[in-house]
This record gives sequence, C-alpha cells and structure tokens, in this order.
Amino acid sequence: MSVYLNKGTVIMSNPPSIRSFAAAAGRMEGEGPLGSCFDYVSQDSTFGENTWEKSESRLQQHALEHALAKGGISESEISLLFAGDLLNQCTGSAYSVRDIGVPFVGLYGACSTMAESLSMASIFSDNGIGKYNVALTSSHFCSAERQFRFPETYGGQRPPSAQWTATASGCVVVEQHSAPPYVKSVTIGTIKDMGIKDANNMGAAMAPAAYATIKTHLENTGLNVDDFDLILTGDLGEVGTRILCDLFKKDGVDLESVHNDCGLMLFDREKQDVHAGGSGCGCSASVLCGHILGRIKSGELKNVLFTATGALMSPTLVQQGESIPGIAHAVHISAE
Amino acid sequence: MEMFMEYLRAFLVGGALCLIGQLLIDLTKLTPARILVIYVVSGVILGALGWYEPLTRFAGAGATIPLTGFGYQLAKGVYLAVSESGLMGAFTGGLQACSGGITAAVLFGLLVALLFKRGDKTAKIFS
Amino acid sequence: MKMTDNEYGSLAKKCSPNTKMYKTLPMAFIIGGLICCIGQGFMNIYKSFGMNMSDAGVMTSITMVFLSAVFTGFGLYDRIAKVGGAGTLVPITGFANAVVSPALEFKTEGYVLGTGAKMFVIAGPVIVYGLCASVLYGIILYLVRLV
Repeated sequence: MSVYLNKGTVIMSNPPSIRSFAAAAGRMEGEGPLGSCFDYVSQDSTFGENTWEKSESRLQQHALEHALAKGGISESEISLLFAGDLLNQCTGSAYSVRDIGVPFVGLYGACSTMAESLSMASIFSDNGIGKYNVALTSSHFCSAERQFRFPETYGGQRPPSAQWTATASGCVVVEQHSAPPYVKSVTIGTIKDMGIKDANNMGAAMAPAAYATIKTHLENTGLNVDDFDLILTGDLGEVGTRILCDLFKKDGVDLESVHNDCGLMLFDREKQDVHAGGSGCGCSASVLCGHILGRIKSGELKNVLFTATGALMSPTLVQQGESIPGIAHAVHISAE
Repeated sequence: MEMFMEYLRAFLVGGALCLIGQLLIDLTKLTPARILVIYVVSGVILGALGWYEPLTRFAGAGATIPLTGFGYQLAKGVYLAVSESGLMGAFTGGLQACSGGITAAVLFGLLVALLFKRGDKTAKIFS
Repeated sequence: MKMTDNEYGSLAKKCSPNTKMYKTLPMAFIIGGLICCIGQGFMNIYKSFGMNMSDAGVMTSITMVFLSAVFTGFGLYDRIAKVGGAGTLVPITGFANAVVSPALEFKTEGYVLGTGAKMFVIAGPVIVYGLCASVLYGIILYLVRLV
C-alpha cells in the first residue's frame, strides 16, 4: 500500500517497474541531438492524415504500438490507460485509443502530462490495481499552434522567450515490481501562479511550480539534490531553467550541477530555430522515453527526478487578462 | 532621377511607419492585432484632420500601403460621401472606399483556401 | 519561496532574453520600405495604363492583396515576416496575410464553418474599429457642417 506524505508526495511501498517504453517524433525532433533515440520518426508531420488533430492521434499510436511491442504485451492486456495531450477535450488521446477497447483515463496536465500519467500508472500499480498500466501523452506543433496561437501561414514574429511545441509522443508501460527502472516515489504538484501574463514566456510561468514540487519532494523524502544523478525538468527552456536555478541558489542549493531540461535537450538551438527551447507534453515524454529511461535501465543513471512542468492556461483566459498558473509533477525513477 | 526620388520617398516613409510598429512590438506588450487597430484608427484621425493627405502626395505608396493609409482611405471616403449624401454618407463612405481591398482579401482568402495545401512550419523549406 | 508576484516578475524579466532590436528595427524599416516601393511600382504601372490616381490606388491595393495571398499560400509570407516583423505586419499585405492565413488553416473544419467563419478572426478588429472610427468622423463632419 503506497504511503501518502503531506503536500502530494506518495512513497511506493513496493516500487513498480517500468516494463517498457517508447518515443515517436516528427522531422525536427528527429534531426535534433536525440534523434537517433526515438523508436519512430516521421519526416512528414501529417503522419499520413488530413487534419493535424488526426496526425497527433496517429503520432500517439506509434508510441503506444512500439511500447507494447517492446513489452511483449497486446492492447487487450492493458489494464488502465492514463493519457492526455494539449488539444481541447484531449481529443488527441481519446481519438488515438478509441478503437482499442482499453479502460481510458483522460488527463489534463498541459506539458506536465507525462509525469502526471506516469505517477497515476505507478500509484495504481503499487497498490495492485491493474496488471499493466500505461501512461501515454503527445503534442504536435501544428495542432497546438492552431489552437493556442496563430495559423501556420500567419506572419507573426516570435520573441526570444517563446518555445517550440514539440511534435512528439512518449509511452510507458508500468507493472508491479519486477526489474529496473523502478518508480520509487512521486510528488503530485500544487498549482503555482506568480502573476506571469505573457503567453510567450511559459518558462517563467512554470518555474515556480517546478521549484515548489522539487523542493517538496526533497523535503518529504529527506533526499538532497546530490542524491540524484539528474533532476530533469520538462520544458522550462532557457528562461525557466535560469529562473529555477536562481530560486534554488537563493536557498543555498546548487541545482545546476545535476539539472537538465528536456526543452533544452530536444533541439539543437544553434541550428534549429526554436528560440528558448522545446515545449509541449511530447517534449518531456519523448526525451524521457527515448533517451533517459534507457540509460536508467542500463544503470548508467541511477536516480533521476523527472519533473515535467505545465502551464494551465487557455487562450480565452489570457485574453481576459488572467495570469498563467503553472504545475509540476515529480517522479523518482531509479535503477536500484 | 525623379523616379528614383519617388521610390526613395516611398521607401523612407513606408519604412518609417513600419519602424514605429516594430518599436511597439519590441518595447510594449501590445499584440499585433492591437497595433493594427492603432494604425488604422490613427489613419482615420490623421485623414480627418487633413494631415495625412500631404504625406500621400509626398510619399505615394509609402503612405498609402501601410495600414494608416487604409484608415486615411476610410476617412476620405466618408468625407466624399457625407458631402454628397449627408448623414447617410457616414455609414456608406468608409466601406465604399475600401471595398476593393477588403473584397480582394476575402476573395483571395477563399481561393487560396480552395487551391493551396495547409501550411506547415515543421516542413522543410523547398529551397 | 517567499517572493511577491512583483519580485518574481522582476526576476523573470532579468532572466528573459531581450529582443535583438539592432536586428528587428532595421529589418522592419527595410522590408516595410521595400513593400511600399513595390506598391509604388504598381501605382506607376496602373497610372501608365491611363487610370486616374484613385483607380490606380484601388488596383494597387487589390494587386498587393493578391500577391500577399499567394505568398501566404506558399508559406513564404510568414518566412519573410519572421525577419520583417512590423515591416510585413503594417502594410496592407499584412492585413491580407491575416485574412488568408486563417482561411487556409481552418479549411479542415469546412469551407463554411472553418474558412468562412474564421477568415476574420485576426483582422476583424481592423475592420470593426476602422469603420467605426470613420462613422464617428462622418457624424462629426455632418454636424460641423450643419453648424
């Protein structure tokens, strides 16, 4: 039985295992520094479909199919599927699995969905609920832009703090304790809003939530920053990373030495025009599932605190002059 | 030489009007839509005051192409229509004057939607 | 983190890179100026066809809108706009791009509810406030003339 500590931390009693994982991505992500890590890369952002929303669903299906294949299980063996994305009503996820007959839990955590879904899958598995629980998420640049920002062909100018929504997906299959990687504990984040209203500076909007969640997790588990090989945030990007490290520095903690950010890892910011870095649910999902989990499985990384971050705004509320609330969920994944 | 000067004036005035817009983008929190509204309403006001006409005579397309020129057209159209038809002209004059540009945008918008593929910023540039 | 929203805002600002205005300002000036020169060229062409100033002006607007629509359709206008900024936003070509791009983007929702309904989702305010400002001017003009 998992143990709930205060402020959202859940300690696994018998750490569930990550049975298999896979990542799928688009052309730009495939051409980035982690391109060779992905299980499936498409040169064509349509993924063979005639609407961007369907393209995102197809992208998710690739990640799911590969993760199931690598885990040697079929769709019918999935106990519970926790999935979400950026699209209104999470249609990217709902439509990607509508035909496979799986018990479906739709989630919205904006770009933090990978950590949110993995947390849910792990907690359920730790408590013996479900044999194989799946966490799945995605984002697609084109479907996100038309919903949150502007049409593709619109001639707008993005400021340097803006981030690039990744066209990518990640999927994790969780089972009861068997072999590494293990999920040892999670911290479900609390929403933090420090008044940032600039929808072009998501990093600044989300950094307070990342700070709060990481701090809560360390305090509750009694661990330090140095107990981790890597504290990996989802998509704080250049700006959010700087702010996060600054906030920890004010506490006298050196986060920089173990910190990295999926938004900064996914793209080559010199060669690819992504400004402050990658973003979107698929950003942290694909980096985790494509690059990080493999290194934990091999033992190269022993302890990782995967902290995906999300901005819980909508274009409507931004137009109403509201500020942007952020959230971050942390998952301690270990090789031991 | 005269032709070169004509293009130079268009270039300088048009460029300057755009430069002001860029300063608004870079230094303020104004969104592009709000900036365009400021431009068109300014054009109406400057046109109404009679201050924009000399600029169009001086710079030609340098004054008429930027969106302030659109506002000026609206004001000019209303002026002529009120002179001819009285109060009704306030309602008819603006749209009449800009009908060409607006109709063109609507028509070509539809045609492009019918004939072209959706845009995709993630695709490779064909060049 | 014991910080007020204002203090956090200052920290965020400090950590956010500034726009490279030494790049954006000259490019806006140059590209905006060039687009106006192209407009001037068409004015001269239409005047040489014997059109009066007014008609040449209308034809020039239509032509510039057409060119902007084509560039938008090919995905070229937004590439120029990336460097041009206000140089592509402010001219009438920017207005046309703001109409054509949603028309093209939302065609997946159908030509009526997508293209038709959403065509003015970006440029609508220009029409609304431009027209209303002109109506106000017209009313004032009429009343001033009465007096």
